[in-house]
Amino acid sequence: MKRYSIFSLVRNAVSHHKDWPKAWRSPDPKAEYDVVIVGGGGHGLATAYYLAKNHGITNVAVIEKGWLGGGNTGRNTTIIRSNYLWDESAHLYEHSLKLYEGLSQELNYNIMLSQRGVLNLAHNQHDLRELSRRISANRLNGIDSEFLTPADIKNMVPLMDVSPEARYPVMGASLQKRGGVARHDAVAWGYARAADDRGVDIIQQCEVTGILREGGAVTGVETTRGTIKAKKVALAVAGHTSMLAQMADVRLPITSHPLQAMVSEPVKPALDCVVMSNAVHGYISQSDRGEMVMGAGIDTMTGYTQRGALPVVEELQRAIVCLFPSFSRLRLMRQWGGIVDTCPDASPIVSKTPVGGLYVNGGWGTGGFKATPGSGWVYAHTIARDEAHELNAPFALERFTTGALIDEHGAAAVAH
Amino acid sequence: MTRQANRLGTDLVAGARIDRSKSIWFTFNGRRYEGHEGDTLASALVANDVQLVARSFKYHRPRGFFGAGAEDPCVMVQVGVGAETLPNLRATQVELYDGLVADSVNAWPSVNHDVGIVNDLMSRLLPAGFYYKTFMWPASWWTTYEHVIRNAAGMGVAPKQPDPDTYDHMHIHCDVLIVGGGPSGLAAALAAGRTGARVIIVDEQSEMGGSILASRLLVDDKPGAEWLASALAELGAMEEVRVMPRTTAFGHYDHNHMGLLERRTDHLGPGHDIARQRMWKVRAGQVIHAGGAIERSLVFAGNDRPGVMLASAAATYVNRWAARPGQKTVIFTNNDSAYGVAADLADAGISVQAIVDLRVEPGAAALEEASARNIEVLTASCVVETRGKRAVEGVTVMKLNDAGDGVVVGERRFDCGLVAVSGGWSPAVHLHCHAGGKVDYDEIQGCFVPGKTLEAARSVGAANGQLDLADCLTAGWQAGTNAAADTGFRKPGKVPKGPTATAVEVSPPRHVWIIPAKPGEENKVKRFVDLQNDVTDADVRLAAREGYRSVEHLKRYTTLGMGTDQGKTSNIPGLGILAAELEKSLPDVGTTTFRPPYTAITMGAIAGRYTGQMLEPVRRSPMHHWHENHGAAFEDVGQWKRPWYYPQDGEDMHAAVARECLAARNAIGILDATTLGKIDIQGPDASEFLNRIYTNAWSKLAVGRCRYGLMLSEDGMVMDDGVTSCISDNRYLMTTTSGNAASVMGWLEEWLQTEWPDLKVWCNSISEYWATLTISGPFARDLLAELCSDIDVSNDGLPFMSWREGTVAGAPARVFRISFTGEVSFEINVPASHGLGLWQALMTAGEKYGITPYGTEAMHVLRAEKGYIIVGQETDGTMTPYDLDMDWIVSKKKPDFIGKRSLGRADFLRDDRKQLVGLFTEDPLEVLPEGAQIVDDPNAPIPMPMIGHVTSSYLSANLGRSIALAVVKGGINRKGETVHLPLENGRTVRAEITGMVFYDPQGERLNG
Ligand SMILES: Cc1cc2nc3c(=O)[nH]c(=O)nc-3n(C[C@H](O)[C@H](O)[C@H](O)COP(=O)(O)OP(=O)(O)OC[C@H]3O[C@@H](n4cnc5c(N)ncnc54)[C@H](O)[C@@H]3O)c2cc1C
Repeated sequence: MKRYSIFSLVRNAVSHHKDWPKAWRSPDPKAEYDVVIVGGGGHGLATAYYLAKNHGITNVAVIEKGWLGGGNTGRNTTIIRSNYLWDESAHLYEHSLKLYEGLSQELNYNIMLSQRGVLNLAHNQHDLRELSRRISANRLNGIDSEFLTPADIKNMVPLMDVSPEARYPVMGASLQKRGGVARHDAVAWGYARAADDRGVDIIQQCEVTGILREGGAVTGVETTRGTIKAKKVALAVAGHTSMLAQMADVRLPITSHPLQAMVSEPVKPALDCVVMSNAVHGYISQSDRGEMVMGAGIDTMTGYTQRGALPVVEELQRAIVCLFPSFSRLRLMRQWGGIVDTCPDASPIVSKTPVGGLYVNGGWGTGGFKATPGSGWVYAHTIARDEAHELNAPFALERFTTGALIDEHGAAAVAH
Repeated sequence: MTRQANRLGTDLVAGARIDRSKSIWFTFNGRRYEGHEGDTLASALVANDVQLVARSFKYHRPRGFFGAGAEDPCVMVQVGVGAETLPNLRATQVELYDGLVADSVNAWPSVNHDVGIVNDLMSRLLPAGFYYKTFMWPASWWTTYEHVIRNAAGMGVAPKQPDPDTYDHMHIHCDVLIVGGGPSGLAAALAAGRTGARVIIVDEQSEMGGSILASRLLVDDKPGAEWLASALAELGAMEEVRVMPRTTAFGHYDHNHMGLLERRTDHLGPGHDIARQRMWKVRAGQVIHAGGAIERSLVFAGNDRPGVMLASAAATYVNRWAARPGQKTVIFTNNDSAYGVAADLADAGISVQAIVDLRVEPGAAALEEASARNIEVLTASCVVETRGKRAVEGVTVMKLNDAGDGVVVGERRFDCGLVAVSGGWSPAVHLHCHAGGKVDYDEIQGCFVPGKTLEAARSVGAANGQLDLADCLTAGWQAGTNAAADTGFRKPGKVPKGPTATAVEVSPPRHVWIIPAKPGEENKVKRFVDLQNDVTDADVRLAAREGYRSVEHLKRYTTLGMGTDQGKTSNIPGLGILAAELEKSLPDVGTTTFRPPYTAITMGAIAGRYTGQMLEPVRRSPMHHWHENHGAAFEDVGQWKRPWYYPQDGEDMHAAVARECLAARNAIGILDATTLGKIDIQGPDASEFLNRIYTNAWSKLAVGRCRYGLMLSEDGMVMDDGVTSCISDNRYLMTTTSGNAASVMGWLEEWLQTEWPDLKVWCNSISEYWATLTISGPFARDLLAELCSDIDVSNDGLPFMSWREGTVAGAPARVFRISFTGEVSFEINVPASHGLGLWQALMTAGEKYGITPYGTEAMHVLRAEKGYIIVGQETDGTMTPYDLDMDWIVSKKKPDFIGKRSLGRADFLRDDRKQLVGLFTEDPLEVLPEGAQIVDDPNAPIPMPMIGHVTSSYLSANLGRSIALAVVKGGINRKGETVHLPLENGRTVRAEITGMVFYDPQGERLNG
């Protein structure tokens, strides 16, 4: 791999940037791979990268029906944090955050991780109680987490309305300083380039239409570009997880909903951290380009159209204008939707399945971008060893039978 | 300075849409200028010869007017000051008003001398995506780099004060909604309107007319303006037709749900007391997209110099606003439409030096227009460079080779201040695509035209790829007729003819996506595709070479089309270049997705009035004002304001709560419990329904009796609780927790409607209908007896967990003998209108007993003393009835109830599940923080194993010590053991696990 740096930039400037190599190849699919990963989003690409790097498995294809990173990876609002309530989640997301902290250097691709801090607001006694519960748990789990008073919040976010007269006054917040945002496309592209460099075939414009099995184990996939044999097939298709699993007659407790996000026109810096609120339902951060990036809850109807309905936009804007009365005069520039895969307990599934050699990574719902490196890491382990890593063992499919759910609804504030 | 040096006289432009008799004064970048009524900020600046208006996003290159409307990518300005300031307005869309103050954005110290231009000097180092390749070393410096990048980015400045304006929402149905008030839209409106259908026609501009406003073509043999006036007069007279100028259709959502934004005061300036803007939500039977087409530019060397302008924009400035965008002009085109522009400019006295046409054979009619005015036409030619410093001063023209990828030697140089460019037209397919409409590629026009749609919608006129006025009028008329017919409106009799115009023969355009530079200069020049984000053809090609081959990758890697114009003029040229680089056809590379809004819309307008105090309605009980008058502090519980505690004479919360708690156990406490959810459940299957909803059995509950019930969700976790009473045969009154009232109602309805439609049960939320007053304490019965003569309130007459109907203090009442305090307690329900009267009567009669109002905080303490749970506090969606030590409430006999199946799962039988217990701190006055985590070994390394947390914690005045409820792993079997709580301040507190019932463990006080 030709390394990227300021020096390579200068060198290439001399040759008018004509000699940059391809970030990744566009190979034709081979007849057979050791592992076929379905889905070229961040999770699939990270999995391929760690399969090659951590486990030396390089005869791997990532099969993507559209363009890599074009699913939720390229549509999300990029909030990264690890201040989850339950130990199981906290350990997994914290592992992911740690990987994020070195990812630009690891991949030699600037993913623009911006640890500008994530605020979760409390608006009533119940919120405050839950907040201190989570802060206490985070602290004992070694995750940075602190309580801010309304005055602290005002200092940090001067344009926020923290007055006691507000309809739902801001009564406090938790702050994770190491939380923040990153550039979503760069995460997908960086993993793609690094995985490709280690020999992984990334095959775009190729849709998996069937999962081939023999005697209770997978043998490959059927695709729009022909049959591809594989010893192991690993799903990483987010909103389409239940559809793909169905192809192997595996039923999953996952429902798919549109989740919308939207941006304002770009303005000069006016908000330096990520703000999330549950009671005044919405979250917001400002991108490096200057846009206010905003989101809220899912569209309640299930569906696969990657767009949403107007009422959700209205609800979100009410919340944002409530929290930031001056942003009322900014203008909304673009709104879009992705399809999120939600589990009954709002936690993901990273697991083996009843079908031999078939693995599933899904159910990340509204919050899996922050998990991308960690998810790839443990999923690669699970595929390579045919057994879960200790971090994803609790996230096995069996939990829906045993009842050992990891319910993050109550404590996850807004779902990101 | 001459006033309006570039304003053309009436001798040159007769029909301009400005009122020259009305002067409007405004300020731009600190200087005062004059314009006229009817001007936009852009047209007035053009008339005043202001060319340099903005700077580009990345390289800070000078930018001038490029378009005349929504399509302009460059001319963003900050309008207004203070709380009223508006960032990023497009000068071409700002209507002029007296005193308007506007400034350039993204330039420092000024648009004329912008230091950001150093980026331009370094541009060789800053190709597309450069930031992905650098700023990585040393890792810790990214924060600094990012700070610099952030400050350089952004455009205008966000206001800092709350928005002083208000915004309204409107809801409306119509038969036919027409988007676009140009010739096709108006023809459609006339046709549909005459059938009597309810028609709405909207246009984003200040007046209806679209291209007619800037055209000299005849309609129905009349000048366009005359026809327009008569068409509008006719529409205005139609009762069912609503004509809405200044209204943007911003989004087409599923099922013809259309979003419109109407601007009501923006053209008047600040300080109006009507809503500034209104968002209309329309359900339309049929939608007609007639939003026109957007002209494209050509990608040639130096095409971003101020003075390079879309040909249609140049004609619009001249014809509509009598503003001269330049003196000497060169027209550069690939199609016939720019010849009309040449004619318009020439007739307005502008010297057209030449028409440079990429094609070998321009259309005959076009050539005739040029020769009639002695304008030289250079065919098979292209502009290879522009000259000038901050603005165009001249161009060089060379012959294009047959392949279109190089030039033939021999150059012509022209001096000119204006280059009017036309690269062809792209229909505005945006709205058509919002709701999933597909597009087809039109090879000849080189553009995408609307294809299949699932909506009841059609596209006509330029929006459908029809560029000839005559075609537009015919198509519009037909679409209006058909759309009305599709909604059931037909005009009887012979179908009349619609408006007409003379058709013009045109020759097809020639598509050359990259115009060659002068020989040997290919690597030196910059050819811009996206003028706002500074994306050049080299950037597009670099992205393709590096493997970013999908259009979406291209867009994201180069930022093409990601600016505030969303690529209205740049997307197609960008796709053309990408296709050429990949050696694919343009339709094979596809387009990026069109997303709402069509143009940016005010966030406050989307929020409407439902923000600030009106985010959600405040719910107050009928006794609210009494509580206020008696000094209550309130807390938010869902949408309700509930009295939290009632401080007296400088008491703090702690003292007030202690006093209230003591009163409830030693005298009488009175609580406003109105917020409890109440659901009236009726029907022959009501008891069966309750059996399925609750974990315990309901079949045998007699009329007049009450029972506590627990609800689980399907996963077996406790979801809500409350007391339900049997009112009469087949009729029950369910109470829910205050916070869950609505969600439980939704839950019941969901089961009834989707799973058990066979059950004959009806639910009705009656929470607000009743006021609920709870009196509690040793004298509660005495007090009630005084005010109620028709119910026997003795222990036998009204035993615990029963209810009676009667009269209390003259009000019709249902009296429930239930208790959340452990004392003798009555919940009196009266119609809401009687709530306050009864409250006052109880307070008066209760005075001698020392009746004391208590709030939610004391309520929490009192129930915790008794070990009663609060759903949402002791539970969090992960607690089973067994975890709460409430096995007794789970029926073993019932065949099924929601959650039953889950209760049998392996994980539910673990004995180290977190279970609800009590905690006593070693120091009896130590009050644990709620939420504090519990550990066995406080010296364990981080991550420290946690075994539970504190759910409720109070100082109990009745017990004279602190009490806490907590969940602890295997806690039920660990009573008497000591656990540790490492607090945030570094201190570790020790506590003993106890039972949950701290007060009156035998429950003797319940029966007084
Ligand atoms: C609007 C929105 C906002 C969000 N905000 C946040 C946030 O702030 N923070 C956060 O942490 N998370 C957020 N998320 C969630 C996050 O985006 C996802 O959880 C995460 O990106 C999932 O990554 P992935 O690689 O699993 O899925 P994706 O990126 O969706 O990749 C799955 C891929 O599978 C492909 N595929 C599907 N079917 C097939 C098939 N049959 N054959 C081949 N390929 C197929 C798809 O084309 C897609 O590219 C948000 C999501 C959305 C939609």
